[in-house]
Parts: sequence; C-alpha cells; structure tokens
Amino acid sequence: MSAKTPVLEMRAVDKSFGPIDVLHEISLKVHEGEVLCLLGDNGAGKSTLIKTLSGVHQPTGGEMLLDGKPVRFARPRDAQELGIATVHQFGGTYPLMSIGRNFFAGVEPTKGFGPFKVFDRKKANAVAVSEVQKMGITRITDGDRLVGGLSGGERQSLAIARAVYFGARVLILDEPTAALGVKQAAHVLRIVNEAKRRGLAVIFITHQVMHAMAVGDHFAVLIRGAIAADFRKGEKTREEIADLMAGGESMADLEANIEGYMETHDGHPPQVTPAQ
Amino acid sequence: MADTTNTESSSTGSDTAGGFSFLSLFRRPEAGAAAGFILIFLFFAWFGWDKNFLTPLGSSTWLNFASKVGIIAIPIGFLMIAGELDISVGALIPAGGIVLAMSTETFGLNIWLGVLISFAVAAAIGWLNGMLVTRTNVPSLIVTLATLFVIAGLNAYVSKQLAGTTQHSLPDAGVVSEFLMGDYHTLKIGSEDSAFTIFQSLQSSFFIWIAVAVGCWYVLHVSPWGNWIFAMGGDQESARNAGIPTNRLKIALFMLSAMAAALVGMTEAVLANTASTTTQFGMIFNTIICVVVGGVLLTGGFGTVTGTVFGTLTFGIVFQGINFTTFDKDLNMLFIGVLLLIAVLMNDTFRNLATTASTKKK
Repeated sequence: MSAKTPVLEMRAVDKSFGPIDVLHEISLKVHEGEVLCLLGDNGAGKSTLIKTLSGVHQPTGGEMLLDGKPVRFARPRDAQELGIATVHQFGGTYPLMSIGRNFFAGVEPTKGFGPFKVFDRKKANAVAVSEVQKMGITRITDGDRLVGGLSGGERQSLAIARAVYFGARVLILDEPTAALGVKQAAHVLRIVNEAKRRGLAVIFITHQVMHAMAVGDHFAVLIRGAIAADFRKGEKTREEIADLMAGGESMADLEANIEGYMETHDGHPPQVTPAQ
Repeated sequence: MADTTNTESSSTGSDTAGGFSFLSLFRRPEAGAAAGFILIFLFFAWFGWDKNFLTPLGSSTWLNFASKVGIIAIPIGFLMIAGELDISVGALIPAGGIVLAMSTETFGLNIWLGVLISFAVAAAIGWLNGMLVTRTNVPSLIVTLATLFVIAGLNAYVSKQLAGTTQHSLPDAGVVSEFLMGDYHTLKIGSEDSAFTIFQSLQSSFFIWIAVAVGCWYVLHVSPWGNWIFAMGGDQESARNAGIPTNRLKIALFMLSAMAAALVGMTEAVLANTASTTTQFGMIFNTIICVVVGGVLLTGGFGTVTGTVFGTLTFGIVFQGINFTTFDKDLNMLFIGVLLLIAVLMNDTFRNLATTASTKKK
C-alpha cells in the first residue's frame, strides 16, 4: 500500500471561516487509478473540502501534497495547471453553444497565423466527438449540436471528457449523479470507471451510497467537517455506510418502521411529522 | 401556447420524414431575424410601391437611418451575448460629436487628432463602465444608467465651460475625412442618359456599418474570442474556471460599445457640420430593439452578428418605411412594439427548435 506515493494527499487539513471550523483535521489520499468516494450528508463540509482541493479556498492548517511534494494553491488556476480538474454538476458546459465550442472553451484550437488566427471548428468538433465517444457516449456524432439538447448525463460526460483530454491527473467530481435519472447516472458511473482505467485519480463526491459502491475503491465518510470513517472496498456493507452517513441512526430501523407502517396502512407511507 | 406546441411538433415530424437540410437552415440562429426581415421588406415594398420605397433614393432613407443604429447595435449585441447591457451610449453619441467639434473648432486641432481624442475619451468611459461592472457586480443596467446621466451632465457642463455653448459648429473637415465619415455617396454605372443607379445618397455611416459588421462578425464567429464571449454569457463561473479572462473581456466589450457610439456621434457631426449635447435617449431603445429583433438572447449566451444586422434592417424599414405608405405616421411606434413582441416570441421558438430538434437526430 505504502509503496506508491499518492497523487494527492491531505494531511490534517483544517479550514475555518472566522470562528467557525468547517473542516477539522482532514487526512485523505488518493492514488493513480483509484476512486476515492467522499460521502456525506448535506452540510457535512463536502463543498468546502472540494473548494479547498481545487484552490478556491486555502486551508487554515495542515498541508496538501501533490506527488509527495507540499503544494499551495492561491487560485483555482494553480490547481488546474497542476492537473487537478473539478467538474461540477453541469459545470463547464454552456447549453447554447455547440459541443465542439464547449469542449474547447478557453483553449480554442486555431489555424492561420498572426492576427488572423481563426477558430478551427472542424478540428474542435472532430476532437470533441472522438473524445466523448472514447468515453463511451456513442450517441454523440455531430460536434455542431448544441449542448442544451444533450441529456444531463451526456453533459456531465462531456465535461469529464474535457478534463481528461486537457491532462487532468486528479479528477474531482462534485455530485455528478445527483440530478440524474437511473440510466443517466449509470452512464456517468461508467465514465468514472473509464477515467480510473486510464490511470486518473478520481475523487467522487456523492451522498448516494449505491453510486459510490459501484465505482469506489476507497471510501471516506464526512460528518460535521471531520472524517468519521475511512475504509476500503468490501469492508462495509451498504447499510453500514448509510448508517454512518446519517450520523449513527440506523437506516435499517427506519426502513423497517416505514415498512411496518405501510403494511398496516394500505401501503401508504407515513405522514411526515416535524422532528422534535 | 397550444399553437406553438403544435407547430413545433409538426415541423420536427416532417423533418424526420424529409431529411434535415430544411431543418438545418432553421437551426441557424439568424434564421428568425432573416425571415422577419424578408417579410417586413415585402410588406413595405408592396404598400410603399407608389411612394418609391424600392428606388435607390427610397432605400437610402432607411439604410442611412439603420446604419447609425446598426454601428452601435452590434457591440451592444456582443455585450448582451456576454450577459451585459450598455445604455450609456445615449450620452456617448453626443459626447463623440462634441469632443470632435471642440477639438477642431475650439482648440484648432487636426480633425484626425480630434477623432483620436474622441475615441480615447469614449474608450476611457467604456473602461470605467467595465471596471464598475466587473468590480462591484452591480448589474450593468444600473451602472450604465448612472454613467448615462453622468456623461449627459458632463456633455453640457464641459461644453459650456470650454466653448461657451452647447451647439458646436464643425468647420468643413477636408475632402478625405468628409468622404470617409460624413458625406452622401452615389454610384451610377453607364453614361448620363442610360445610367443605372446602384445606390444614391447613401451616407458614409452606411459603409462604416458594413465595415463594423464584417469586423465584428469575424471576431464573434471566426476568431477564438467569439467563443469566449459566448462562454462568458453562457456561464460566467465556468468560463472563468476554463481560463477565460472574463473581467478583461467584459471591459473590452464596454470600451467597444462606447467607441462605436462615439463613432456614430462623429459621423453625424461631420455630416451636419454641427454637434449638439442633446442626449439621444431614443437610440438606447433603438439599439436594444435591433439586437433583440436580431435574435440575441437577453439573458446572454446566444446571438449572431448577421442576426443583429437583419434586426437593424428590419427596424430601419419599420421606422422609416411608414413614410412611404399610406398608413398614418403615428402608427410607427405601434408597429415597432408589435415587431419587438413577435420577434421575441419567434426567437424563443427558433431557439427551442435549435436545441430540441437536434436531440431527436440520431
């Protein structure tokens, strides 16, 4: 395990905004060709952690290492230049632009010379389509199509393909499956596996245990800004993970309660009562 | 509502049956603006036939009018694609004129130096607009509304302080500058009797408009910067993350629109040999109407230069063309209002067609 240096490592990273501690002594590492799943309920500090990893926030304590060397990102751009790509939900895609233009937004391929550099539409479209197809989205064949016409999963895939093409080594995926249907989510999970197969280190943030179980090699559960559990694939069952995320409350008990209620009430779920 | 859904489903239905060359034509974002222009043109050609709407001189009437709006509308369109708005142009048009007039008349400078100073002043104001918008995150509508009044006030004040008047006269500018910036041009082919008129009494601003349109078309649709503008309007956060210098780009666009407005002011001043400090509030609305009729999305991320040009032509015809018809002249505002409404609704339909129709393509 310790033979290889992790691509990205956090050592006892703290992050506080004024008097409020949002992250507390977070230690994580992710290796090449490995998927680290970061699980946590809403408000657990997932967003802050991503922003710290991608250079939006600077940690107030602890250190971050890239290939074993300490790094500090002053801006998101610094992180990107070192190969840390963050893909947010629908992030990096512009619905009313074509696939080719989307793919190369900000780094347009040009032909011609001097002041007469023109956007190379053909090349942009060809590369975008082939990269997306390599990721397994074979339905995309026309680079001139507007991204707004794609499904959520396809847009997500486009964003991931883009990050991979531009040399990402660490791929941070922020809730990529949250707003997607079952089929679309499967699509994205397949792409996460593809990225892993290509040797990328993937940090996959989600609160859907099923999705995490499908691709993850390594899991970390975040509760109130601290790592509550850190385990490898196969060490815990789905129910155990769900319980951990919910902060110790047993999901199974809750489910049994609901099922019991439904049996006695013609299959209706219980009315939601406000928590005490 | 039922109508729109019907037409949409039927058109996509016929498309899958008959091949998509027809559809790909309509997928082009400027299709709506072009179709609208053709309809309006035919309408006025028919009703204005007796009053010489179609003659070279008749066409010049609305083309000259359209050219001035059009020179400003294209950069305003850029800003709107990028998700911003600039209404300070209403005060920048007279500013461009009086700076030029004061440079040559009051200070006795060479006219080209005056042009440079006028552009520089406009660029500075545009830069200020851009800085205020990017630094404060106050909506550009409010920022430029404020600068509109600030510049309008300065126009009158500075004029009176420096030249003692708000009505400046501009000495005859010399052959070359007159020819390029403010003159009437006529081109006839053939000898005196059998001469065929290509165009008659077109102002220099019309040719400037063409040059501006070609230049801006190149920037938006051919050069890589166009992609940046679209991306910025589509999703500014992502655009910044993708390494696009959104703030600098936005400031540049504000400078461009300010300079375009000053250019229009200068052409007017050179043409009329006078410059006034009167703020052109009407032009603010005119440019926005042209851009929207041209199919640019108000919320940003979508639009074309060709569409804006078509929108401006349509607007020019409706605004001026009513004089060639037997309709009451008072109706032209009504016409424009209805035109704007139809254009917005059509644009929506065309855009939906652009995104949804392509999904169905296998």
